[in-house]
This record gives sequence, C-alpha cells and structure tokens, in this order.
Amino acid sequence: MAEMLFTKDHEYILVEDGVGRVGITRFAQGQLGDIVFVELPEPGVQRKKGEETAVVESVKAASEVYAPVGGEVVEVNADLADHPALVNEDPHGDGWFFKIRIADTSELSGLLDQSAYDAFVATLA
Amino acid sequence: MTSELGQAPARTPLYNRHLALGGRMVDFAGYALPVNYSKGVLAEHLFTRQKAGLFDVSHMGQAILSGRDAARRLESLVPGDILALEPDRIRYTQFTNDEGGILDDLMVTRLAPVDADERLFLVVNAACKQADFAHLRAKLPELRLDVLEGWALLALQGPAAASVLERHIPGVSSLPFMARGEFLWRGAELAISRSGYTGEDGFEISLRGEDSRPFADVLLLEEDVEPIGLGARDSLRLEAGLCLYGHDIDTTTSPIEAGLAWSISKRRRAEGGFPGAARITNELVGDLARQRVGLALEGRAPAREGAEIANAEGVVIGRVTSGGFAPSLGRPIAMGYAPPAFALEGTVVNLIVRGKPLPARVVALPFVPNRYHRPAKA
Repeated sequence: MAEMLFTKDHEYILVEDGVGRVGITRFAQGQLGDIVFVELPEPGVQRKKGEETAVVESVKAASEVYAPVGGEVVEVNADLADHPALVNEDPHGDGWFFKIRIADTSELSGLLDQSAYDAFVATLA
Repeated sequence: MTSELGQAPARTPLYNRHLALGGRMVDFAGYALPVNYSKGVLAEHLFTRQKAGLFDVSHMGQAILSGRDAARRLESLVPGDILALEPDRIRYTQFTNDEGGILDDLMVTRLAPVDADERLFLVVNAACKQADFAHLRAKLPELRLDVLEGWALLALQGPAAASVLERHIPGVSSLPFMARGEFLWRGAELAISRSGYTGEDGFEISLRGEDSRPFADVLLLEEDVEPIGLGARDSLRLEAGLCLYGHDIDTTTSPIEAGLAWSISKRRRAEGGFPGAARITNELVGDLARQRVGLALEGRAPAREGAEIANAEGVVIGRVTSGGFAPSLGRPIAMGYAPPAFALEGTVVNLIVRGKPLPARVVALPFVPNRYHRPAKA
C-alpha cells in the first residue's frame, strides 16, 4: 500500500507509480471548517515544490494549497466543483484535490511520515 | 492568541461555558470568543434561521448616559432622532465625525427618567467602545456616563426565540420590535430588547455577568436553542444586509453612502446639528459619489473583503467590504461600494478574485428577507 506523506502546511500526498494524489489533511479540514469552494489548477500546468496550486475556501476564509513536490498536474478532482464538502467528509479519500506527476522523487524525502506529522500537529494544539 | 497590544484577550463572563461547549476560541476585538462550536458555521447558521441561536455578545460596550437633556445633547453627536424616542424604545444611529464619516454605529434606548435626569442606554461595538466612551466624555462633559463593566449581553435569535423565552420569562413575547422591557428571572434583573443583528426575530438580554451563566445554561437546555459562534453571526448579518463596523462602514463612509438614510428622521434632516451634517445633507438630495450595494455572484467562488469591483470594460469602480458564502442561499454573496450608476438592480459587474473576474449582479438588500417582529398593521 502506498504511503501517505505530509507537509507542515497540511497537504498530504499519496504516491503511486510516480504520480502523487494531493489533498489537505483531516486536521486541516477540521481547522478550516465547512468547505464551500475549491479552486483547482488546469491539468497540464507545471508546479515547483511549495508553489500555490489550489485554493480552498471555507465559510470563513480562503487558504492556499501548495504542491508538496514539483511536477505536472495530470488530473483534478472534478467532483469538488459540485460537492466541495467532500473535503470535510473524506479528506484523505474522495476529497482529494489534484494528481501530480512527480518530477524529482528525491523531493519526497523532505516530507513527513504519518507519525512525524501527528507529532507536528500535536505541537499546534 | 494575543490582541493588538500583545495582551491576552479579555474573557467574557461566559468564557468557561464556551470552552465546555467545545467552542473554537479566537481573539475578536480583544476578547476570546467562539468562532464556532462543534457543528460548524454552516449548521449553526441554518439552525438560527430554523430555530433559535444563542450568541454571547458581551464584548460589546454597554453604558448609560444620563443627565438633563441627555437626548437633545446626544443629538449633537449622532444624526438619529433621539428626542422622539419614547421610554423603552430603541433607535439605531451612528456617531459621525465632522466630515460625515461614521465613528461607530450604536443602539440607543430611552430609559425612564430619574427625577429631571433623562437616561439613555447605549450599546456600541467592542472594537470602538473605548474611543466612543472617550468621545462622549469629551463632548458631553455635563452628562454622566456609567459603563456597565462586568455585564453580559446575550442574543437569542431565530423564529423560535419568542416561544422559548416566553416559557422562562412570561410576557416577553409581547414586546414589539425595537422595544425593551425589564424582567426578573430567579431574582436576576434582565433588560430585554426585541432586537438583534441576524435579520431574524429575537432578543438581546443585558444582565449581570454572574447571572448570565445560569441563564444561558437554562436556555441551552431547550431543544430549540443551540450556542452559536461569531462565524455564523457574521454570515447571518451579511445575508440580512446589515453593516459591520470597520468593514462596510468606517470613518470614510457616510450613513447615506451606506444606505442608512432611513435612520435619519425628517426633523433631523431639516435641522441638522450633528457632525458632518453638511456632507450628509448634500448626499440626501442626491449628491452621492458611491453607495453600498448587494452583490450576488454567478459562480460558486466567494469574493471576500477587499476584492475589487470592475465594470464590463475592466475598470475598477469600487471594492467589496464584506463577502462570503451565504448558507441560506447556498451561494456566495457580497456587499461593497460602487458609483450610483452601477447601483441599479440587475447591473452586471465583475469581482476580481485572485486576478480573475467573477461575474456578479447587483441585487436588492437584504439578501434573505428579514423576519423582525412587527405588529400587523390595522
């Protein structure tokens, strides 16, 4: 099973065959509250690690979502257009944002694993 | 979580209740207050429109202004008709500056006089209260200003508010909109106003801090009452088309630009005698550079405060002052300022969000019809 990796900005990436599925973490959606809109990138755009790639709007505010690694966006989650609440309901599953073909897999080594992310989140409480 | 000066935020008398109820606490105008509870802003908003939401608004400033001719003297600082207020009646008005801008907006209630002294109960915004009180003391030194420190202010808002409150305080449901009464509840003195800032029927209850805890507890035991945070308070007042000080109105906007001309009576328009009367009088006869408009976005992406309003040619003509998702409508809405030529209902404009134009239509305010308790006309 593919391993889920995390950024300190609360994105996750689930890597399979050189493509990473990216979303925001369960913790992040809980902090944002009700998600009402997600602005997604156009498939085909190139993003560097850390570049703004999507925007998630909660009732309260807009928040940027950054690319956890660099690469080409190859697919976006079209279901979010009509059902942005999927991000709240199933952030690590049906509420994913985009898929990115990873340009340099060595960038993955800079990300946090589940236990390191959990420990990081615990410091935010 | 620190306020502007780096101090820990102040706590309202209900602070521990908010924590126990699972409130997500934020610093708001120097007070630790819940932005939402566990059900979230959407559910809290919709619950208030369906049943009754209980809000802690104890951060707002409460004071009693008293002395000879207090009503007439207060009229030297506000354009509202305070003289015409009957005892136990409430008016919405604004403190204006010499340029006709708004220093704060406030509610004024006429209390029964004591001897020859007129008494007015004022409720002002949290962020402005120190400045407001200093302004009153400086401009009206002959009057006495008693700030109610340690008092709480609760708002019970929604269609079930009257029936719920009547069960605990018999007689309260016969108060008309914008009137107040004094009631006793288990020995505690409650000053209850039929007013609020959600567009719903409802009440604001001023009471001592220590009395607010058991009183809130009793209301929260009611099936039709849930605690509601500031997030839903904001989305409710936006749907109701009501101004938020520091956003939709400030020292540069006049009451006329803000669409608040209704709060200035015929007598006061004719007599003037309030700060900024020259500008406000000119604007009342149509000399207006901009005015507040309601905006309904065509798509799903919200436009927030600060987004530019552009005409069809892409020329910036104004700015959004409040915006977000309207839970009752299931779509984004906004308010902002535009020149009168663009303020007609149906006018199509673009709101610039992250560099992209989002089409929006100018619509009448409020976005959601208000349901204030007004007696049926004979």
